[in-house]
Amino acid sequence: MSITVFQRARIVDPSRGIDETGTVIVDGKKIVAAGADALNQGIPGGAEVVDCTGKAIIPGLIDGRVFIGEPGGEHRETIASASVAAAAGGVTSVVMMPDTDPVIDNVALVEFVLRTAKETASVNIFPAAAITKGLDGHEMTEFGLLCEAGAVAFTDGRHTIASSMVMRRALTYARDFDAVIAHETQDADLASSGVMNEGLYASWLGLSGIPREAETIPLERDLALARLTRGNYHAAKISTAMAANAVSRAKADGAKVTSGVSINSLSLNENDVGEYRTFFRLAPPLRAEEDRVAMIEALKDGTIDLIVSSHDPQDVDTKRLPFADAAVGAIGLETLLAVALRLYHNDEVPLLRIVEALSTAPAKLFGLPGGTLKPGALADLALVDLGEPWLVREADIRSRSKNTCFEGARLQGKVLKTLVGGRTVFSA
Amino acid sequence: MTDLSSLPPYPHRHLLGIRDLSPFDIELLLDRADAAVSISRQSEKKTSTLRGRTQINLFYEASTRTQSSFELAGKRLGADVMNMSVASSSVKKGETLIDTAMTLNAMRPDILIIRHQSAGAAALLAQKVGCSVVNAGDGAHEHPTQALLDALTIRRAKGRIAHLTVAICGDILHSRVARSNILLLNALGARVKVVAPSTLLPSGIAQMGVEVTQSMVEGLKDADVVMMLRLQRERMAGAFVPSVREYFRYYGLDAEKLKAAKPDALVMHPGPMNRGVEIASEIADGPQSVIQEQVEMGVAVRMAVMEALLDPRRNRDGHNA
Repeated sequence: MSITVFQRARIVDPSRGIDETGTVIVDGKKIVAAGADALNQGIPGGAEVVDCTGKAIIPGLIDGRVFIGEPGGEHRETIASASVAAAAGGVTSVVMMPDTDPVIDNVALVEFVLRTAKETASVNIFPAAAITKGLDGHEMTEFGLLCEAGAVAFTDGRHTIASSMVMRRALTYARDFDAVIAHETQDADLASSGVMNEGLYASWLGLSGIPREAETIPLERDLALARLTRGNYHAAKISTAMAANAVSRAKADGAKVTSGVSINSLSLNENDVGEYRTFFRLAPPLRAEEDRVAMIEALKDGTIDLIVSSHDPQDVDTKRLPFADAAVGAIGLETLLAVALRLYHNDEVPLLRIVEALSTAPAKLFGLPGGTLKPGALADLALVDLGEPWLVREADIRSRSKNTCFEGARLQGKVLKTLVGGRTVFSA
Repeated sequence: MTDLSSLPPYPHRHLLGIRDLSPFDIELLLDRADAAVSISRQSEKKTSTLRGRTQINLFYEASTRTQSSFELAGKRLGADVMNMSVASSSVKKGETLIDTAMTLNAMRPDILIIRHQSAGAAALLAQKVGCSVVNAGDGAHEHPTQALLDALTIRRAKGRIAHLTVAICGDILHSRVARSNILLLNALGARVKVVAPSTLLPSGIAQMGVEVTQSMVEGLKDADVVMMLRLQRERMAGAFVPSVREYFRYYGLDAEKLKAAKPDALVMHPGPMNRGVEIASEIADGPQSVIQEQVEMGVAVRMAVMEALLDPRRNRDGHNA
């Protein structure tokens, strides 16, 4: 097997709390050493040596919330095209949402995804299965069989389960399989025809608003049920200060609760909607600046566990419409890391914490390999120039859909190389 | 003063909302509209200002009043006017707004008038076509020509807008007319009050430059102008207000409530009216009502707007400039 030695790199490994200059040695599929003293036995004979002066090596990102169009919406994104985008973004594993057509709510679909991924994808694709059949919020799916087939979590994707009883049973039953219930919360009734954050800005635009309470009312219910059932609950995409407070209280009470935040909620706010820019129509909607700042605080203090891209490819045809008629969602795999690094460059969040929320934390939550540079671990990692500036251009986007919120944005932090299981899947 | 060319040229290509206009732009349009009123009052109403120009009315929402007002305005200016009736067109077959716009654009119109149920539709259209676009109402966003015609009506009756007190009453939440009027009246220095049940007020209303009250008597106090808004039928029965009866009791304009306003206050309504819901018949047809004048000013304002947007001094080519 071939040995690669990455020398003089800044090694950032949240799983061991390491941020130091040193060497990473990859032998075949695995990391055999990573740290300041990794070279104390000298460079192994026949090894390829890569000088990484001024660059960082981080565990490959694990994106906990990715929507892919396959099966059923291959014109938007396939598993293969998503994996190319992921690799370019330093993402080595993605948790794929079940919102496909057909829905990933049975064993055959999980097997289809894993088989397709094995044949066509260069990064790890881990399917999350639906909580309810057809994502309709009523009947539970076969949690046990789906776990056995390879589903890593349960979620109704973009949908919120309205029934408290269904949610209670799902949390209770999932506990028997040690499975996570990941839930996006938006009260459909309260959100009604809303399309952006409720407030003055929406009022002037004449757009119906979505109040913050549409997120927190079902979230508070879920948190109460998580306390009741002792089930594993993950608030998948919170966007408001109120939601962060609710999660923080539940954690303090000892409930098995975690939370995630979309990179968009950390980096953008409602003003970015501008004059009806439909690429900024997202779920949850972009909130006020105070909420964005609260998300950063919650990320820092550990209330928020993970950052996700919420990658959601949408066809131009469904975005070139009046705002209220346009599809919801934005792509994000390729820009996830660089946008998150803004928080580091602005001295808002330490680098270790950012990388943890992007790799170690999701690995732990979903029980996935990766998220670490520990010797013996699979070599899922990214070589990054943390300082290199680049411009996001539509023409460079690898994802099959181009609905990015960051077109024209100047980002800092470029992925130079991505390794999945020791294999180079992306090289700049 | 019917010589429109004596007025300064107008600086914008589209009219998408009052928000884009400076007080100077607004006054300029009102001055032009004043001139257009005299044209409409002549027995020979047709001019050649827009002769050879093509105007397309693209109405996604039925609107007899606004559409015919734009049509008449175009015809009085000598333009060729085409009405795209959406109900019988390819839009029904699923064609998107942009595709329809591109198709119409290929016919090289000079001006497109659009009414659409979605906020931002006019702005979207304006990005995609090579001609001038006039927003004739987009969702709950703006209805700029309505605000202009209201302002013209007020200015002609009161001689000014600045320092007048205007009460806007009714369904502010869903009203593009209210938003455009709030912007315009504030731009010209009026004091704006809004009166509505709290369920029909948009979030953040207190920061929109208005005084808010739930009492008609309080809201109409010292008012020089009382603007009533239409309450959509589907919003009357339980969803936003419990009943027509209760709404009229608290928010319907009748003789008793009107007493709170100044004795010479104008009563306005953008139409179509729900008599007995937001306004009593005796008031709608009473001496203070200028509702018919509003309709007349509507044609004049739309003539002024189209003629300003297509002013050859700004845009010699008239197309793709």
